[in-house]
Formats: sequence, structure tokens, C-alpha cells
Amino acid sequence: MHSLPRLFALAALAAVSTLAAAQTKLTIATVNNSDMIIMQKLSPKFEQATGIKLDWVVLEENALRQKVTTDIATKGGSFDIITIGAYETPIWGKKGWLVPVDDLGADYDYADILEPVKNGLSSEGKLYAVPFYAESSFTFYRKDLFEKAGLKMPEQPNYDEIKTFADKLTDPKAGIYGICLRGKPGWGENMAYLTTLVNSNGGKWFDQKWQPQLTSPEWKQSLAFYVDLMKRDGPKGATANGHNENRALFATGKCAMWIDATSAAGYIFNPKDSQVADKTWFAKSPTGTFKGGSGWAWAWALGIPTSSKQSAEAKKFLKWATSKEYIVMVGESQGWVSAPPGTRKSTYANENYKKAAPFADVVLAAILAADPTKATRDPVPYTGVQFVAIPEFQGIGTTVGQSVAAALAGSQTVDQALATAQAAAERTMKQAGYIK
Amino acid sequence: MASQAVTPPLAGGGRAVRTLPLVGPSVGVLLVWMIVPLAMTLWFSLQRYNLLSPAEKVFSGLENYKFLLTDPSLFTAMGHTLQLVGAVLVLSVVLGTLFAILFDQDFYGQGVARLFVIAPFFVMPTVSALIWKNLLMHPENGLFAFITSSLGLGVIDWFTNYPLTAIIIVVAWQWVPFATLILLTAIQSLSGEQVEAARMDGAKPLSMFWFIILPHLLRPITVVVMIETIFLLTVFAEILVTTSGGPGDATTTLTYLIYLRALVEWDVGGASAGGVIAIVLANIVAFFLVRTVARNLDT
Amino acid sequence: MKDKQVKKLAMTVLAWLVAGAVFFPIFWMLLTAFKSEIDAVSVPPKLFFAPTLENYVAVSQRADYFKFAWNSVAISLGSTILGLLLAIPAAYAMSFFPSPRTKDTLLWMLSTKMMPAVGVLVPIYILFRDSGLLDTRSGLIILYTLSNLPIVVWMLYSFFKELPKEILEAARMDGAGPFEQMLLLIMPLSAPGIASTALLSIILCWNEAFWSLNLSAAKAAPLTAYIASFSSPEGLFWAKLSAASTLAVVPILIFGWLTQKQLVRGLTFGAVK
Repeated sequence: MHSLPRLFALAALAAVSTLAAAQTKLTIATVNNSDMIIMQKLSPKFEQATGIKLDWVVLEENALRQKVTTDIATKGGSFDIITIGAYETPIWGKKGWLVPVDDLGADYDYADILEPVKNGLSSEGKLYAVPFYAESSFTFYRKDLFEKAGLKMPEQPNYDEIKTFADKLTDPKAGIYGICLRGKPGWGENMAYLTTLVNSNGGKWFDQKWQPQLTSPEWKQSLAFYVDLMKRDGPKGATANGHNENRALFATGKCAMWIDATSAAGYIFNPKDSQVADKTWFAKSPTGTFKGGSGWAWAWALGIPTSSKQSAEAKKFLKWATSKEYIVMVGESQGWVSAPPGTRKSTYANENYKKAAPFADVVLAAILAADPTKATRDPVPYTGVQFVAIPEFQGIGTTVGQSVAAALAGSQTVDQALATAQAAAERTMKQAGYIK
Repeated sequence: MASQAVTPPLAGGGRAVRTLPLVGPSVGVLLVWMIVPLAMTLWFSLQRYNLLSPAEKVFSGLENYKFLLTDPSLFTAMGHTLQLVGAVLVLSVVLGTLFAILFDQDFYGQGVARLFVIAPFFVMPTVSALIWKNLLMHPENGLFAFITSSLGLGVIDWFTNYPLTAIIIVVAWQWVPFATLILLTAIQSLSGEQVEAARMDGAKPLSMFWFIILPHLLRPITVVVMIETIFLLTVFAEILVTTSGGPGDATTTLTYLIYLRALVEWDVGGASAGGVIAIVLANIVAFFLVRTVARNLDT
Repeated sequence: MKDKQVKKLAMTVLAWLVAGAVFFPIFWMLLTAFKSEIDAVSVPPKLFFAPTLENYVAVSQRADYFKFAWNSVAISLGSTILGLLLAIPAAYAMSFFPSPRTKDTLLWMLSTKMMPAVGVLVPIYILFRDSGLLDTRSGLIILYTLSNLPIVVWMLYSFFKELPKEILEAARMDGAGPFEQMLLLIMPLSAPGIASTALLSIILCWNEAFWSLNLSAAKAAPLTAYIASFSSPEGLFWAKLSAASTLAVVPILIFGWLTQKQLVRGLTFGAVK
């Protein structure tokens, strides 16, 4: 029987080797966007000031969401700080999965945070995550290419104009695509954009009885428009292009237009990162027959799962990373154009920021105008501009996203893709009990 | 004493006591490993259970199976699984046999060439998938795109237009070397005398192949097919890091479908029902493999 | 004689063409690891370029790379050691003291390997969560030990069977009990076999990509998960991906090359020798 005690000893050894060091270590999960990478780069200052060590888990958006959601729903306890958005925060806060963060202190200046952003991260009056950066969406365009072609981008374009511009500006020989749009499947990737397109055409995800509307004329029109536009004027391999990939394409001069997050403006305007810093300007997100719901409302925020045993220390980091002082630190060390946007009034009052980021006012206006309660032409039972604020949306949005990608890839027709998506959405809504 | 190699050293009870504690732990843990998860899968498949709302778990009988079997995506997934497994098996056996015969020949640098041809089998699946997707098959900067466009043949966007084919290529690249390794070893165990005798009888290479090599390889080929089937049924990483099952559901196999249900939709009940189906399918193959190996045990 | 030479040359060309084609993606990855990111994505792809070690530096400077690598090492070694601890006594008993049930036991063990991981994904996930094993190295060690135990037992069994039983007799007559026999006699004699079995186990654990991707998040994620995080990263990444991949793949490649023959035995459960 010697092997049994040896077995236990070995198992014990293995378990011991996984115990953390005596020093406080916070595990933080975040998405691999440039503002977060900057946060990771500057975090040694926090570590030095507080003696708390940070263990970073940096993943791409879809993977991050999946891991974080799985962990928090199953109370896995892997993370102390998670990066979540305006979608998850109210839902999870309501379920009691997040620690309320109203108590970071008066010097944190809650009143300085933009109202719509704060509201987007609250549930029943309590704030459940602090905004790291917030964004809406608008149209990036190359003013040099527009000038050369004799075109003028209006302040508020509509989709017919976008189509005309894209057709005129596509120049495969010069390696220029008329327009770059998200094609990567994911509720937060291609569906974020597509939902605003559907909104603009007067469509909606669900009617008042929670019946999915994916085979409605508005959806058909939107998907057909998107697929055609991308086929004629979009980059190759678009179904693999999410936000990061399109940003790289635009920054290396391959796109004449790009409709995506306002938070990318800092990167595009920074001559260190982008080849088109001095050639880009912005217009509002295009509208269709309906003038609302075209600019999305999103914030990436830091929250603390209730399963974390170190929420007091975690709050310290939350306070550090989203304070006025942090924004100033980024501005001074990385350049003001890279300051995390969209969260505080003080950022937009800052002269340095306004000088380095001439797009600041356009962005602020877009964020303040995005209203998740008035994003669709018809009344709907949900809120959210580019998402539907129900827990099942993660699954539904991603499945529909796959069908949209199939239509974009040409492996399914628009009608087939929408029929498949509609069937899947109906099944899920039935199974979840929304539809009887 | 020495001649009685198979007789137990002590009479009756003594031997039973002695080997049980030695074999016991291994058998015991495997038993638990088999039974407990299997039973749980079966149990969960009979419940409506969503991980995000664990409090609302409720027994639902065969509802999950009904939902699953009426879901067209199940059959699409099984179809894709069959395509993936079938294509890789065919490629493995055909190319594996050809390569094995080739590498059995006498040529310069045999040792090193052999190492090169079996190398892909040892590469991590996530690495293989990403190297193929980015460095080789990327439609803008990939090597293949460069080669074909220089030849004026245009560019193939593999993962957008031929996603399942692309995955098959990636998986086959990893498993053909496995088949080659096995079959090469088997050929080299072919008695040199048999081959010499056949050649002295004036047998031509083609008839040697058909009548001597191939029959000898039949058993190893069967083993390769069955082992690869077991492993190919659970191909996962390659799909996860390249297409996530898409576009649409073009690369969703049964394994990926279950993963989606379990960890993306958190539908524990549905995923378990799918798991039961996967286990049944795998067991059918396993039955034949076990029989073949059993026969080998006797020889 | 000339014919034979010609044939040999022809075979050399053909075989090396095939070997080169099959190995090419690995070669390309190794090459890209030494390119700068701009060179890595350049069109036309560069065969000649100014090599740089900056990718290896970048990859190893990201502190988390070592965490992932250490996890891979710890999990592979831990699982291999645990597996050998369980399997050596079992293989010893079954090869030297076979009974009518031995064959059935071996075949039954083989059949447990046939169970598809995905079929038990859900219960394992829930079991791990409830016992706090999610995202822990111990959890993955236990899982891998169970997954690979059939192969490890089989390989050891086939190695032990090659040892002559007479030596056991001699040892027992000198008063050695089973553990002394195992430790002082069997293991030294079949050390090469045990070594290759251990290497096979390490290779299987290192490359395992289903459980490692689904059951780990931050603390226990091995290299498979680290590489998977390159599927949609920030900015240009091909050169860094190649560097990280090279570091992850080369040791296993070497292990595999060293143990080819034994691998065949182990992976086919002795059906092919």
C-alpha cells in the first residue's frame, strides 16, 4: 500500500504549488484593445504605489466575454477584476453577481462621469462597474481621397450617400477599399454594427411580444445592403475582420471609409500608430429612414465579481484606473490623443485634450445623443442600441452573427441566412420562456 | 519453476491478494472516471438546466433529445463531422501508405527526411491552426496568396469560402504524418526474407505492392483508421481558433456544437444530450478497435 | 549497378520533395519567428531578411508567457509522474502475474480511452467547479492522468512483458517483495521503456487542447491557451505568434523525434510493432 500515501503526497504537492504567494495578487481579465494595453503598460505605477500585484489575462473580445461570463455565472472565482460592458453590467448587477462600486470615495468625483455612461452601468440606482472608456460609433473617412474624387462627406450622411461614395472610392489597383465594416461573427463584433444598420432602416430585433423579427423586410433590406456593399467595396476575408483588424486596415491606409467605434479615433489620429493620422476626419454614423439608433452606446468598464475574495483591494485598482488622475497620466505619458475617451466631463473640458483630439466634440455629441431607450422606430420591449439587454442575447446575437457571416461569405443567400437565424432565435426565446 | 512462466507464483488466494492492490488503484480511478461523468451526462440530458440560471433546473425527461433531434443544426454538424473525419482518414491512409512505401526505400538522408515527414504530428493543434490560417492561407499577406497571385491564378480566401476544406487540410497535415509513422514502422517489420523471396521469384514492384505489402499493412491500416477516428471525432482547437464553427455553421462539427451549447449558450441539458449521442457514436467505433487489439493480444 | 544508383537518386529527390513539403509550414514558422513584424506580413513574402531576436524578447518579456510555459511544464510532468505511479504497479502485476482476467482488464482500460472528451465536458466542468478544481493545475493534472492512463499502462505492460520472468524468480528467492522487485529490478531494466512512456505522456499532455482550453482561464492556462489568444490580437502579431509557437513546439518535436518507435507501440496499443 505504499503507492496510496505517495499519491496523496503528490496530490498535496501539486495543490500547494498552485497556492498564491503571500502578497495580494489581483487577477484582472481584460480585452486586447489599445486603451487596455496602455492600462497594462502603466499598471506598474499602481503596483508600486500600493504593493498589490496584478496578474493580467488579456484576450480578444469574444474569448474574453465567454471566459468571464462562464466564470461569473458558475462562480468560478478565477478573476478579481473583470472588464465588462454596458450590456453585461446592468444584467449581472441585478442578479447580484457584481459588487456595487458606489463607495470609491468623494475624491473619485462621481458627478464628473457622463450621465448616459453612468446610467448604462447601473441597475436600480446602484453603480456596478466604473467606466474605463466609453464610445459611440461614427464614420471615419479619408478626406484626402474624398478631395481627390471631388466628393464631400456631409456631417450626417445617409446610407445611400455612403453607398455612392464607396462605389466611387474603391480602387483595388491602389489597394483601397471603399468601405471597411466588421464581418467577424459575434454579438459584440459584426452584430453591433449590423444592429445599428437595421435600426436605421426602421427594423428591430423583437416585437412587443418578444417574437424575433429577423425575416422582416427591414432586416432583409439591411443584410442585403451590407452584403452587396461589402462584396463590391469591402476588403477580402472580411468575415475574419473584427474591430481590431479593421482598425489596422484603416490605419495602414487601405480603407476610404470605416463605420466603427469612436474610441478608435485616438489611435487613428496618433501619427505613431497610424499612417493616416493627418488624412482622416469624421462624420456621424449614417442614418436611413429612421434617424435614431445609428450611433451605438457602449462603455467598457471594470467590475468586481462577488466571488472575489479581495474586493477591497480590487476597488483600489478600479479607482486608480478610472480616475481623473489616470486620464491625465495617460495624456502626459502616451500623448493626449490617446487618453481614454468618453467617461468624464473633465476630459472634454481639458484644453490639452481638445487640442490633441480635434474630434473630441464630435465624439462627445455622439455619446450624449445615443439613447438606448429610443433606438428603434417602433416600440420594443427591450433597451439597447446595438444589443438587446436580455441575458439570452449573448447566445442569440452570436448565432445570428454566424449566419450573417455566412451570407457575407456567400455560402448562404441573404434569405437563407435570415431564415436560419430566425429559427435559431425563435428556438432560444421559446426555450427561455419569453415566447409561450 | 522457471518453465512455468504463466503460472501464478503462489497458490490460489495468495496471488489474488497480491495483484489486486497493485492493479486496483489504476482500475479504480478509471472506473470512477468512466462511470461518474457518464452517469452525470445522462442525468443532465434529462433536465432543463441553464448554467446562467441554475436555480431553475427542472426535470424534463426526453425534451432535450426531442429538441436536439429536431434541430437541423445537429444533422448539419454530424454531416460536417463525417466529412472532416472521412476526408482526413482517406488522406491519411492513401498518403500515409504512399509515403510509408517511399520512405522505406533506400535513399540519401533517410533518417532526417523521416524526421521531417513525421514532425507535424507533434505540433500543438493551436499552433498548427494559427500558422496555417495566418502565415499560409491569409488572403492578403499569406504565402499561398502570394504564390497563386504571382501565377495569375487569383487568390483563394480559404477560411471564408472553403472553411471546412481549410480545416480538413490543417487536420490532415497533422495526422498524415501519424499514419506515415505507423505504416512505415509496419512496413519495416515486414520480413526482409519475404520481400527478397518475392523479388527473386521475379515479382514486379506493383504486384509486390498488391500481394505482399498491402495485405501486411491491412492490420496496421485498420488500427490507424480506428485510432484516428477516435481522435478526429474530438477535433476542437483547430476550429475554435480559426472559424469558431463558421461562417454560418460551415465548420461546426458535433464536438463544436456540443461545446457551443455547453459553454457559449450554457445549455447544460442540451449539451449533455449531444454528449450522449457523441459517446454512442464513439463506442461503435471503439468496439471494433478493441476487438482488433484483442486479437493482437492473443498472438 | 547504374540502375540502382539512378533509382536511389530518384527516390532521394522524391522523398525529399515530400519531406520538404510536409515540413514546410514548420520551417516557415521558424523563419518568421526571426523576422520583424513588418517583414512577417510583407508581400511578397521574404525568404531573405535581416534576422532579429526581438520577438523572442517581446514574448519572454510579457511576464505571462512564463506563467503559461510553467503551467504546461508542471501539468505535463505532474500528470506523467502520477500516471507512472499508478501504472507501474498495475503493469507489473498484469505482465508478471497474468490471470484470465488480465486480458479483459487491459481491453477494458483501452475502451475507457475511447470515450470522447466532449461527451463528458459538462459533468467534468460542473464537478470541477463544485470541487474548486476549475482553472487549477491540479485539476488538469488529474484529468490528464486519467485520460492517458490506458496508454501508459499499455506501453509499460508491453515493455515489462519483454523482460524474462526468471529474474523475478531469482529476486524472490532472495527475499525481495513486490516493491523491491519493482524498484530495484524492473525499473532499472526497463528504464528506456519507462522513459519513452514518460515522454509520450508528456507529449500528449503538452499538446492537449480540449480540456486545457475549456477548463482553464487565468491561473492554470497552459501554452495551448496562450497560443489560442493570438487568434485575434492587437496589431501585427505574426512574428510574435511564430516566436511563441517555436518556443512551444520545439521541445516536443525533439521528444517526438527521439521516441518514434516507442510512440508507435504506445499509440496503437501495441497493435503495431
